[in-house]
Amino acid sequence: MYAIRRWSVRHARKLEWLYQRFEGVLLFLHPMWLWLGYDRIEKPIRVTEQFVKETMFDCKMCGNCVLSQTGMACPMNCPKELRNGPCGGVRQHGYCEVKPDMRCVWVEAWEGSQRMRGSEKIQLVQPPVAQQYRGRSSWLREIRRKRDERFFSSEGSSDG
Amino acid sequence: MDNTIQDLSRLLPVLEGHSSGGRLERVLRAGHFAVTAEIAPPDSADAEEVYQRAAVFDGYVDAINATDGSGANCHMSSVGVCSLLTRRGYAMVMQVSCRDKNRIAIQGDVLGAAAMGVANILCLTGDGVQAGDQPDAKPVFDLDCMSLLQMVSSMRDDRQFLSGRKLTSPPQVFLGAAANPFGPPLDYRPLRLQKKIEAGAQFVQTQYCFDLDLLQAYMERVRDLGLTERCYILIGVGPMPSAKTAAWIRDNVPGVHIPDAIIRRLLGAKDQREEGIRICVEMIQAVKEMNGVHGVHVMAYRQEERVPEIISASGVLDGRKPWYPGMKTDHI
Repeated sequence: MYAIRRWSVRHARKLEWLYQRFEGVLLFLHPMWLWLGYDRIEKPIRVTEQFVKETMFDCKMCGNCVLSQTGMACPMNCPKELRNGPCGGVRQHGYCEVKPDMRCVWVEAWEGSQRMRGSEKIQLVQPPVAQQYRGRSSWLREIRRKRDERFFSSEGSSDG
Repeated sequence: MDNTIQDLSRLLPVLEGHSSGGRLERVLRAGHFAVTAEIAPPDSADAEEVYQRAAVFDGYVDAINATDGSGANCHMSSVGVCSLLTRRGYAMVMQVSCRDKNRIAIQGDVLGAAAMGVANILCLTGDGVQAGDQPDAKPVFDLDCMSLLQMVSSMRDDRQFLSGRKLTSPPQVFLGAAANPFGPPLDYRPLRLQKKIEAGAQFVQTQYCFDLDLLQAYMERVRDLGLTERCYILIGVGPMPSAKTAAWIRDNVPGVHIPDAIIRRLLGAKDQREEGIRICVEMIQAVKEMNGVHGVHVMAYRQEERVPEIISASGVLDGRKPWYPGMKTDHI
């Protein structure tokens, strides 16, 4: 819902904190997920994720979540699905060129990002959406990626 | 013009530290004030129309931008226009928009364009389909301008497709992007330019500038970030034919910001069309004086034939004569 999604951006810092804790728990439970089988838990986790994120962010389940790098504003709500910042068509007063009644997702994202610890992450260049993950859980994909990263002890971790 | 195909698309050698064999990059790197202009692609399958539309710029511009379905209206493709004009030796800036093609199609076009002698590629997101006369079309937007920049620069520098599959010969292109210093969120715009440079932009062409104060503030921040050292900035300019058109554009074309003062000045003029030309000339002269501005990009929609007099009146070429077909020398 539009009003809730704007609330989420206004509370981007709190949500960032919350997600980091939540991700910590998911990561901690990795051995259990492994034991249950990631494929088997995909569905229940995906359903939960979809319910929470649709409510909070008007999530489109792109499966390539970057909310913590975009000020808690979901870039897939941009009619052009821009993942790297506002286009040149933003109306004066910050509304969308395609949907004149909607605040530009990236104006929101910029404001949200400024409230967050990781405010500089909005400057990371996002690769194009990997379409094969549409409709799948980003939470699981992210913790598996982080797990692998630690396991293969590559340099540092990025955020998802 | 004769109809025998003389292929003049052979590019200049790529100089040390250059990315392309194109004249635009040479002009900019040599420290000249560059002039580019936008050609209106015809709603036609006639090559002669393209040649005629390009010839009006002869001797006044360093490169010509071929638009890619701008305003989401269909015209001859930028690939087609570039293919014709590179044969005559013109320096082209091929615009690529993400609206109509996915990553597979775009990578193919980039290779084809570079093979035809296109030395400059401008990476755009593109207008939404709702802006044009076919709003029922499917918007693609598989990439955005940023991932497009990164993809093409990787094709050039890492010699590979997005998948990692190798290219036997990379596209040697000078990479451009668009910038809008006048659109919200204003405080993010300089950082957005920085991000585009990180993604591979070597030059930018901006949206129409009618507000020097806003541009000044933008350029100050851009200079503070050190971006004028890393990227060539060409400011978009163009003549407004009348106050009515200017007001219409302000209200209906997203992203174009025209202050009331400009519209009032046009309204008060005896000949609005001539006043529009004068404003454009003054704008060019003003941006040339700005620190960190490396050129202008003239978008004289439906007034293309006036570009030579605008450029002459502004005096920004300083007596330099950009190359054009028929000019005897190979010199820039």
